[in-house]
Amino acid sequence: MQNREGRLRQRATIRKVLLYIRKYWAFLILSLLLAVVTVFATLYLPILTGRVIDQILGPGQVDFAKISSILLGMGIVIGITALAQWLMNVCNNKITYGVVRDIRRDAFAKIEILPLKYIDGHSHGDLVSRVVADVDQFADGLLMGFTQLFTGVLTIVGTLGFMLSVHVGITLVVVLITPVSLFVASFIAKRTYTMFRKQSEARGEQTALIDEMIGNQKVVQAFGREEQVQEQFDEINKKLEHFSLRATFFSSITNPSTRFVNGLVYTGVGVVGSLVAIGGGITVGQLSCFLSYANQYTKPFNEISGVVTELQNALACAARVLELIEEEPQVPEDTDAVEVADVSGNVELRQVYFSYRADQRLIEDFNLKVEPGQRVAIVGPTGCGKTTLINLLMRFYDVNQGSISVEGHDIRRVTRGSLRENYGMVLQETWLKHATIRENLLMGKPEATEEEMIAAAKGAHAHSFIRRLPKGYDTVIGEEGGSLSAGQRQLLCIARVMLCLPPMLILDEATSSIDTRTEMKIQNAFAAMMQGRTSFIVAHRLSTIQSADVILYMQGGKILEQGSHHQLLDRNGYYAKLYRSQFDS
Amino acid sequence: MRKLLVYMKDYRKESILAPLFKMLEAAFELLVPLVVAAMIDVGIAGSDKPYIVKMSLIMVALGVIGLVCSITAQYFSAKAAVGFAARLRHSLFAHVQGLSFGELDTLGSATLITRMTSDINQVQSGVNLVLRLFLRSPFIVFGAMVMAFTIDLKAALIFVVTIPLLSVVVFGIMLVSIPLYKKVQSRLDRVLGITRENLAGVRVLRAFHREKQEEESFGQANYELTHMQNFVGRITAVMNPVTYIIINGALMVLLYTGAVRVDAGILTQGQVVALVNYMSQILVELVKLANLIITVTKAVACGNRIQSVLEVQNSQKQEQGFGKTAAQNAPVVEFCHVSLTYPGAGGATLEDIHFTAYPGETIGIIGGTGSGKSSLVHLIPRFYDATQGRVLFHGRDVKEYPVKELRSKVGIVLQKAVLFSGTIEENLRWGKEDASEEELWEALAVAQAAEVVEGKSDGLKEQVTQGGKNFSGGQRQRLTIARALVKKPEILILDDSASALDYATDARLRKAIGELKENPVVFLVSQRTSSIRNADKILVLEDGAVVGMGTHLELLKNCQVYQEIYDSQYQDREEVLRDAK
Repeated sequence: MQNREGRLRQRATIRKVLLYIRKYWAFLILSLLLAVVTVFATLYLPILTGRVIDQILGPGQVDFAKISSILLGMGIVIGITALAQWLMNVCNNKITYGVVRDIRRDAFAKIEILPLKYIDGHSHGDLVSRVVADVDQFADGLLMGFTQLFTGVLTIVGTLGFMLSVHVGITLVVVLITPVSLFVASFIAKRTYTMFRKQSEARGEQTALIDEMIGNQKVVQAFGREEQVQEQFDEINKKLEHFSLRATFFSSITNPSTRFVNGLVYTGVGVVGSLVAIGGGITVGQLSCFLSYANQYTKPFNEISGVVTELQNALACAARVLELIEEEPQVPEDTDAVEVADVSGNVELRQVYFSYRADQRLIEDFNLKVEPGQRVAIVGPTGCGKTTLINLLMRFYDVNQGSISVEGHDIRRVTRGSLRENYGMVLQETWLKHATIRENLLMGKPEATEEEMIAAAKGAHAHSFIRRLPKGYDTVIGEEGGSLSAGQRQLLCIARVMLCLPPMLILDEATSSIDTRTEMKIQNAFAAMMQGRTSFIVAHRLSTIQSADVILYMQGGKILEQGSHHQLLDRNGYYAKLYRSQFDS
Repeated sequence: MRKLLVYMKDYRKESILAPLFKMLEAAFELLVPLVVAAMIDVGIAGSDKPYIVKMSLIMVALGVIGLVCSITAQYFSAKAAVGFAARLRHSLFAHVQGLSFGELDTLGSATLITRMTSDINQVQSGVNLVLRLFLRSPFIVFGAMVMAFTIDLKAALIFVVTIPLLSVVVFGIMLVSIPLYKKVQSRLDRVLGITRENLAGVRVLRAFHREKQEEESFGQANYELTHMQNFVGRITAVMNPVTYIIINGALMVLLYTGAVRVDAGILTQGQVVALVNYMSQILVELVKLANLIITVTKAVACGNRIQSVLEVQNSQKQEQGFGKTAAQNAPVVEFCHVSLTYPGAGGATLEDIHFTAYPGETIGIIGGTGSGKSSLVHLIPRFYDATQGRVLFHGRDVKEYPVKELRSKVGIVLQKAVLFSGTIEENLRWGKEDASEEELWEALAVAQAAEVVEGKSDGLKEQVTQGGKNFSGGQRQRLTIARALVKKPEILILDDSASALDYATDARLRKAIGELKENPVVFLVSQRTSSIRNADKILVLEDGAVVGMGTHLELLKNCQVYQEIYDSQYQDREEVLRDAK
């Protein structure tokens, strides 16, 4: 049952892959035709060689006229084969790389419109490997595997046909001995498999230890544990050596063994062929032709078993990337979606219900009305729903019930672009693009002048350290921020928003990596920035929050307290308790 | 790579025998066409059936001997390669254990892990292939030529021309394409980079509405990759057809020459067949050789990377003077005008640090991010060496102690709370292998971690998963503090290691540490003034220099940086100062 399901799924994958290849159908057909030409021309050559040899009987018994004409024929066949081979390679490259490019393009385009729910819920490493490694593996495996399989089968069929046309008896010898080679190969493969599994287990164990100990080498040395760790390592190393030797050795027996069986086929053909030749059944030239077939014939058999596993692997890879491509995208925008403009900062959340998972309740019956220019601070214990609220405001996630509106427009009826452009966002995670500092700062406002950019950087207290970098604003930031400290990266993120200054701000732990003293210095800039702008501030540090117009104390997805700093202190509830805990030392 | 060969030393026998047996196998393989030629010339021409059967038995015998030789060779080469890799891994791991923090920083742990895993695996398979094929393939190619010479000088000349021609084509195309493949790889890396970036930065990119631009830049990178792949593909696509033409062209010439020689009575028909067989053996082996060279180049590159790690020397040497008794009444820790500049850094991280710490004293260290707090305390267990000035432990330079002994007296809790896989108990025993269970519980109690262990069903035997992921940040911090306390150190350093603890727990922890009967010198590094306010001496760092030293109240009065730090966390400085009076 499961097997059938698997096969059905495999068939579906093949169908989808074919859709990608369809664009290149002309190349595909050409490639297949060329493969046929190549195989048959390659097989025809030994026959011509045999015919030449048959004209070389002994001293004075050589027919040069005939030899010349056969050689001419050989020349033509060689030329055709080479040309066909080359064209076939070119076609295959064209198809392979083209399909790979198309799949990657679609996969990436899908990533850009996937709902954040999907991106947050999947390991990024896994998604990247689908777009990069899986696609490569698929291309190598499926298209190369396919051509190999195709030419392999053609070669077998062709060789059989040619051999039968020359002599049935000798052909039978070949056909009967060949399976021995397959049998030997699979016999060894089964034995090797266990060893390989043990090897990779030992290897995994060792990698884990290396990861742990080398990754934390400083702790190891601080505790002077070098010797014990080394002992532990050596023990696993010995085990790995043991299994590795067996795996390597057993697997390397395959080649000599199949070569030996092929030698048997060769010998069999030699004996039977010679005996038949004595009886005049075949000529010496035909025998030499048979001998070269005996060499060629067994090769595809040995390859095919490998090709089949490779093909299956390739299909599995294709399925993984196709799964990504077919993933449900975020809810598309209405055709008449509104472009919000002239936002003054009216935001209203009405009876909002939201949860990441259907079986868990998070935000329930959340109501909030924010007037233009108000500062809303959100505090509460970890997991209280602070960051979730931001996900909803930015429409990274859609509410399950209720509505959020900006300037009276339900944000689901507004284009995502225009909604998000009206928010300036600084998050705790200080993500910067792998590009120059300039490009990063200009991300929200590409048309900004140099002066505007520097003014923003100064406002965020980032100018002085940027200037000290080797290339100033043209310094390229490494992936994940490279050599900049977390604090410096956060300053750049602040400058990035200061430059475009949208009408609404979201600051989620915007200063968490900055020491309190520098933070104080930026506060002035923040205050100026928030002047007249609706802002949502999430912070652990209460000092950041005290000056807000409205403070929301959230817990378990609900607003438990709401009011100004002093109102909430007077109320002497959750917020007051949290506030005082700072001084209970 | 060459220096790595010492790890082959124990496998000298294997690494000579393996290629030797491989060559033997090849030699037997080369004899087969001669036997076939004899079959044709003697057996078929003379209608001698017993002779044919005899020859076929010889062929089978050759095959069996070949198989035995080959399997022997495979065994020796596997043994040598695997053993070599195991020894190399051992040495590399041991080498890393002996590197100082400075070298570890420069190399980076990600690099070291790659060197130790995938690079060594590559080298292992490289060694294995070299032992098996590096002699065999050339031997067959030249053997075929030599055999041709034994048959006929003139026909052999065709081999002499063909082999170099083929080599030029095969190796030429390879030489051209290898650097191009590197380019393909770097373009693929770009595609990978953009993809990863778009996932990691998805919120920011969408917030700035950059989807279109990102798709364009991905499209561009994708196009460049495909373009390069097609370019390389066109070059390598030439390989098969051209070698096919050369080898078969040579075959045509061989057949014609053969015909002439047979006509003249110099060669027999069977010998021509033998020559044809030799010709067809060449190409297969040349292609194998070419692939082998690719693998070997990769393996050598990996080997060189490994070697460069092995060549990194520990820059910290123990200096003369150890053995003299420590000075009486000297402070436990003393910094004498210490400066520190990390290798390759533009400026100094620490400048002219000067202070002393006596038994039982608590030293607080405060300052902004990047002010050099951690660097300062790292000098005490000699994680790094001061570039100027001296760090003294009991009146002697830390460089004069054996590193192991010095570190056994210093308990340091690093910023990143790391636990290792194993049980809680095993983790705690990192501090002291033979600690009694009572000692462990004492340490846990001081570190406020007893409740953490008591809350686990297996208590001290509770398993810790790798990285301690089954504990919360605060729990990990407390357990790492306990681990350092098990040591009963003379110096205890907490490098911002209570940051995940709430204020009350932090306070209880500091109180318990202050009451330790071993009376250690305690260094508290923090960004919070509340954590260090009770210290006997507080060092205020700013850009690597001490800008204030004294007690909490003294600093509040006269250190501007300390005042600013305090003000950023509290609003009541005036009151506190007034109360103090």
